Order: sequence, then C-alpha cells, then structure tokens
Amino acid sequence: MSTLTETTPLLADILASIKPGAGLRADALATLEQLGLPGSKSEEYKFTPITRVLEKNFSFSDGNHETNISNIGKFLIPDLEGNILVFINGIFSEELSTYNHEELHIKPIDGKEKGFASLADFKSDALVAWNTAAWTSGVSLDVSANTEVHKPVILHYINDTTHSAAKSFTRNIIRLGKSSKLTVVEKQDTIGTHAGFSNVVTEGFIESNAELHLYSIQADGGKRFHFGQTTIWQDRNSRVNTFTLTLDGKLIRNNLQLILDGEGCESHMNGLYILQGDTLADNHTVVDHRKPNANSNELYKGVIDGNAKGVFNGKIYVRPDAQKTNAFQSNRNILLSDKATVNTKPQLEIWADDVKCSHGCTTGQLDEEAMFYLQARGISKVTARAMMLYAFAGEVLNTVDSGPLRNYFDSMISERLHKNF
Amino acid sequence: MSKDNQVLEELTSKEYEHGWTSNIEMESAPKGLNEDIVRFISAKKNEPEWLLEWRLKAYRHWLTMKEPTWPNVSYPKINYQDVIYYAAPKQKAKVNSLDEVDPELLKTFEKLGISLTEQKRLTGIAVDAVLDSVSVATTFKEKLGELGIIFCSFSEAVKEHPELIKKYLGSVVPMNDNYFAALNSAVFSDGSFCYIPKGVRCPMELSTYFRINAANTGQFERTLIVADEGSYVSYLEGCTAPQRDENQLHAAVVEIYAMKNAQVKYSTVQNWYPGDKEGKGGIYNFVTKRALCFGDHSKVSWTQVETGSSITWKYPSCVLKGDYSSGEFYSVAVTNNYQQADTGTKMIHIGKNTKSRIVSKGISAGHSQNSYRGQVHIMKRAEGARNFSQCDSLLMGDKCGAHTFPYIDVENNSAKVEHEATTSKIGEDQIFYCLQRGIDEESAVALIVNGYAKEVLNQLPMEFAVEAQKLLALTLEGSVG
Repeated sequence: MSTLTETTPLLADILASIKPGAGLRADALATLEQLGLPGSKSEEYKFTPITRVLEKNFSFSDGNHETNISNIGKFLIPDLEGNILVFINGIFSEELSTYNHEELHIKPIDGKEKGFASLADFKSDALVAWNTAAWTSGVSLDVSANTEVHKPVILHYINDTTHSAAKSFTRNIIRLGKSSKLTVVEKQDTIGTHAGFSNVVTEGFIESNAELHLYSIQADGGKRFHFGQTTIWQDRNSRVNTFTLTLDGKLIRNNLQLILDGEGCESHMNGLYILQGDTLADNHTVVDHRKPNANSNELYKGVIDGNAKGVFNGKIYVRPDAQKTNAFQSNRNILLSDKATVNTKPQLEIWADDVKCSHGCTTGQLDEEAMFYLQARGISKVTARAMMLYAFAGEVLNTVDSGPLRNYFDSMISERLHKNF
Repeated sequence: MSKDNQVLEELTSKEYEHGWTSNIEMESAPKGLNEDIVRFISAKKNEPEWLLEWRLKAYRHWLTMKEPTWPNVSYPKINYQDVIYYAAPKQKAKVNSLDEVDPELLKTFEKLGISLTEQKRLTGIAVDAVLDSVSVATTFKEKLGELGIIFCSFSEAVKEHPELIKKYLGSVVPMNDNYFAALNSAVFSDGSFCYIPKGVRCPMELSTYFRINAANTGQFERTLIVADEGSYVSYLEGCTAPQRDENQLHAAVVEIYAMKNAQVKYSTVQNWYPGDKEGKGGIYNFVTKRALCFGDHSKVSWTQVETGSSITWKYPSCVLKGDYSSGEFYSVAVTNNYQQADTGTKMIHIGKNTKSRIVSKGISAGHSQNSYRGQVHIMKRAEGARNFSQCDSLLMGDKCGAHTFPYIDVENNSAKVEHEATTSKIGEDQIFYCLQRGIDEESAVALIVNGYAKEVLNQLPMEFAVEAQKLLALTLEGSVG
C-alpha cells in the first residue's frame, strides 16, 4: 500500500504544524494522519506528485513570517468595482478589504455556519482533511432570498513570501438564498520570491432558482503551489457558471465539484489553461447529477508549451433517479513543444437510461493548413500562430460576458500570446 | 395476455443453450494451489526443467501480489484454494488421429456446433479444441505443416519446438505482469501455439475452441502466436461452459508477437456461462491479452464480441513498438441480468508514425454494469502518432449502468489523439418507426442493436459474424418491455 499513500517526513511535519483543535478539527486531523498523503499510485493524484513537490519546497512546522503589506493596488482588476476581500498568508485583512453590507452579509468564517464541512469530503481526500484541520480564516458570504448582488465579491489570496516560504489555509462558505444572484471572483497573487502554498476549500449552497457565477484567476507569477477544493450544491432550477483561468504557477490543482440535487438545474463549467515553463495544472472536475431534467455542460481547453504539463479529469455521474439528464463534456488540448505533456481522463458513470451524455477529448497541434493559409496572405508566422491560439481560446473566453472582467482576461491572454488584437 | 406477451415470456425464460455437461472420464489434480500442484501439472505434461522453473518463479511471484481492486466490478472474494487447477480428459494412449478420440468427446464438440471431423471437410477452418484447459484435438495440422505453419497445442509445442517457446513465452506478457497473468503462468495447463513463417499468408482461419466442462475447475490456457516477417494470420477464439451454480474461474493469457510487415487478426466470440437470471453462478473471466507490434509496419487487430461471463476483466492491448505499426480494437460488450464487464484496451505508442483505432460499443440491460476502461499512451519518441477512439454505450432499462474510464496520456506534440464517447438509450421514435412497419418490439430492438454494433461485427470473419449476430439477439432477449 506504500505507493497509494505516503507517510513521509512531510506528513510528520504537517501534523506537527497543526495546533490540536476540538470537534471537527480534531476529527479531520485524525483523518489526515490515518489517510496519509497521496502517493504516486493514488488514482486521484497519479499525474500530480503533490506530496513529493511539497516536501521539496516547504517546511510547514516553521510557520509564516511576519507580514506587513499596506498596498495591494497592483493586484486589483482594472475598472472592476466590487466588494474586495483580501487574505494575506491565509489571514483575512480587514484594513486592506473594502466592502459593504448593503446587498449581502459578509462575515469572517467561524466554522459554526450551517452546513460547514458537509460538502467538501475530508474523509476521502487528505488535502481537504488538512484544510479542515488547519484553516486560519475565510469568509462566509450570505445572500438573502430575492436579492441580486450587483457588485461582484472579489477574493484576493495573497502570499507574502518576502522573507520565507508562505503557507495559507483558507476556508469559505457561500450561501445563496432563493432566487438570488451573486458573482464571485477569486485571484491568486504573490509578493516576494520564495515559494508559496495555498490550500483553499470553498463550499457553496445554491438554493432554488438562484444563480452563482464563479471566476478563478490563477496567473500568479510567483512560485505558487495551490490546492483548491470547491464543492457546490445546487437546489432545483438553480444555475451555476464557473470559469477557471490558469496561466502560471508551479503546481496548480483544482478540484471542482458540482452536485445537481434538484430538478431543472443548469451548470456550466469552463476552463482555460495556457501553460509554459514548468507549470503543472491539474483540473479535476465532478458533475454529480442526482435529480432528473438537469443540464450540465463542461468545456476545458488547454494550450501547453515548454516543459508544462496539463492534467484533466472530468467525471460525470448520472444517478439512477436522474432521468432526462443532458450532460456534455469536452476537453481539447494543443501541445506546442516536444516536452509538453497532457494526461486526460474524461469519465462517464451512468446509472439512468433515459439520458443524453457525451464526452469528447482531443490532443493535437495547430492545423498546418490553416497556418499556411494565413501566411500565404502575408501574416507572419508568429502572428498567425497567436491568432490561431487566440481563436482556440476564444471558444471558452466567449462564455464570459463583456465588461471589465472580460477585458482583463483578454489582456492577460494577449500578453501571454505576445500579441495585441 | 396478448400473443406478443406470450412470445416475449417464452423468449425471456430461454436460458443459456450451452449449459449441458458431458460425461467424460476426467483426470484431475486435488483442489488447492501450492508448489506441489505446480509440479504436478508440470509433471503431468512431461515438461522440461526450465518450464517448471518458470512456473515456480511465477507462482512465487504470485504469492507476493494482491488481487486488483481497481476494476469497476464487485464479487465475493475468490478462494484460490477451492479451485481445481488441472482437469483433463483421461487419455489412455497418445491419440494419432481423430478416429481414436473418445467418441463422447467428439459428441461434446458436435453439440457445440464444431464437429471436428465435419469442420475438417467442410469449412476449411483449422480448429484446436481445448476442453478444461487441455487441448484435445487439432485439425488440419498436416496441410498447414506443408506451408511451414506450426499450429498445435501448447504442450506439444513445448516438446517439439522448445526453442520457439523458450524464446517467445512471456515475451509479451511477462509472468509477473499482473495478478491473473502470474497465476496463469504458474498453473496454465495447455493452450494453442501458432507460428507463421516468413512471408506466409495462412490460407485458412485458425481457431481455438475453449470449453470448461468439469465442476469446480478453473481454466487456465495460454495462447501464443508468433507471426514472422511479412506473414498474415486470422485467428478465432470461441468459448462456452456448462451451467453451474457456483462461479468458475477462467484466467487466460494470449500473447501475440508480430514482426516486420506481419499482420495478425484475432477475433473472439466470448460466450461463457453468464450465470442465471438472479446472477447465480457464471464464469469469472479474467484474461490478459496483449500484442507486441515489434517490427516496422506490423499490424494487429483485436475484435471481440463479449456476451457471456458473469464478470469480465479483459483489456486486449497493443504495444506499438515498430515504426508505422498499427493496432486496432473493435469490441461489442453486452451485459444482461447481473453480469458485470470491465473491458477495453490499451494502445501504447512507442514507434514513430504509429496508428491506433478503438471502436467500443457497450450495451447494458437488466441489472448489469458495463464499463469501458482504456488507455492511449503516446510516448515521447512516437513522432506523428495517431489515435482515434470511439466508445458508445447503450442503456436498456433503468437498473443497469454504463461507465467509461478512458486515460489519454500524450507526451509528444506531433501526436493527434481524438476520443469521443456517448451514452444514450434506444430512441422511442426508432422503435415506433419499426412498430409502425409491422416489426414487433423484440425484433426492432435486435435490428437497432445490430445496426449499432455493425461497425464491429463487420470486422469479424464471416462464420463468426453470423454467430455473433445471433448471440447478440439472444443475450438481449426479454430485456425490453
């Protein structure tokens, strides 16, 4: 069993770093100790050697260095007005945050919220157990029924690694009352040059007819090691749209899980990863259809260059009751260099017969004929390549409505492709 | 009750047609597995020392291994000490021609529709029949011998062509490859061996027929096919077993070694006893099949129609080592009642410009669970590799399940890999269309299913295609309505 889980010095280091708590924290700590960290043969972490990588870069029992950040201006998304909540090394910073309570209830999380730890399963994933035992702060976002929140909530996860490696453990809970609407943007940033680790667990409860938009921006130039678990439960006729943009980082692991537990739910999961250098981006998604007449649609696209590695695992479960389900999933990758690799596993598990489900996945390179077409018309090879990649990314990007956020995404992707359109 | 319903009722109650047993005097080893049993089997077969050593090595390795738990199937734990590892029809002396074979035995194969003598004259297929893991008769040997083709039982090959066996045994599926392959390597009792010499195109289909007859026995046969440069062979495999309440174990190994420009086509119609309607009894079919496309431009094609077995665990795979080599996998897997199947393929691209194609069609009915599990791995040096995979599942009824687990690992940027999968049920409008034209529901389903599986059935040799089509219809009888 030694390759399935590992009891390395890292585990001892982690266990030593966690202050013993009571109740749930103690329970999670015991689970972590018992589970061990995922090893190389662990099915869920087969291509993402998270244990080995963390061991090499971090000492968790050291704790975090004192931090004194007074300005986060350069991390803000241009022109985007919103409720800005800032976390430095996993601690909520009241001074740097600006928000109001007019439309939604924002409060620091205390672990006593209704449904806390009921969605993110810490019994099966060691990293979730770790977070459940060790989280330092986070927010609870609560939207009352029949309320549309016009300004998005922007969560800045900033690691201050000026003096030493930083580690942050954040825990959020989002609750949308009936027929309400909220947009949440998550963004990762680093100050300093040392390595940074973040472990963020977010649980969402979307009541009937409510709508959540969740954007994740992972374009942190620093040495970012990230584990994220987002589990969202949906009641009838609710809608969830997610968009994950991954451009940078050392090792990024996103677990995104949607539970469609009511009739008529609609979910869209979109992801775009444009990788270079030695970034490893791993998206593990789960769509769990539990009730009939729901639709889900998933589109993840990747452009992989340099030594980078893209991993995708998409599970679609259709439970016996979930008749008339439509579930679609697509994962498409372009490999640009001969050292780039992609590992994908789209997985369907279906127990209901009256369903339409499909998945497709492709891996290839830019179409030579299309490149030739553009070059024959006097467009340079570099521009032609950028145009083609931009168009490839466009399919996912177009799911984001126009506005400051879309402009921001566009500018980031243009910068990555070295081309302004 | 309407007439239609009566017909349906009759069809539903129709059971496994190969469920009889024959009274042949058997000779068997005592139950259980230990080094003595391995020695006993080896001694029974008069094997040379090196093969016994090989078996013992496999057995010792097996002891250190754990039964795999990753397949998407569930079954009570197998007690490996409760299985008889060797059972053979009693032979008084060496049989020289078919006339000397036990008439009861010949009758057995006649009942199965492969009368050895008939077949010899009429169909022109060379058959190697394996009963309870011992090869009992091989037809057409002389005619093939003229071309230099060796087609005989495994134990015969060990005696007559030890240099070939020594060289190729375990070269594609090493004895420590996996739990069941190791078990097979330790206790395999017989099987078929086939060697096609350079540049020879085998003029007829070669075929092995497997049957488990004795109770409580496991069947462990081993097939080894070596296709030398520029040769071609088409190989068929069929299997049945009697109806029994307890589960029986079948752990086979098939190895194919294809050299430069060689082509091998391997077709299987698997119809082991699937258990009764309550899921009682049936064969556990845990098989390791692998082909090595060693030479440039070699080609191996697997075609399988899986309708039997209570549990299937089988992944015929191709290791594409030679440049420009290609692998194909065509599969129809049907599960009904309480059957469980976890089947698929592995395509490992190592050589440049290698190609593979996967077409898998799963059909689940009743309370069955049907999984496709496959891997396409494009290694770093596999420049210009190409893969296309298609996995479709058809669900009939709301108690069954269909699952897809494809792994796609690409390490080369010039590779093109495509994968698509769909899951759906038979459209009500399709059924309605047939009903409207006077085709009853049962036939309509058979028609639609056959159309759905056509792409795979077309790959089968003529004789098998007909059988497979009938088998499909039979397996799904009573699953609609």
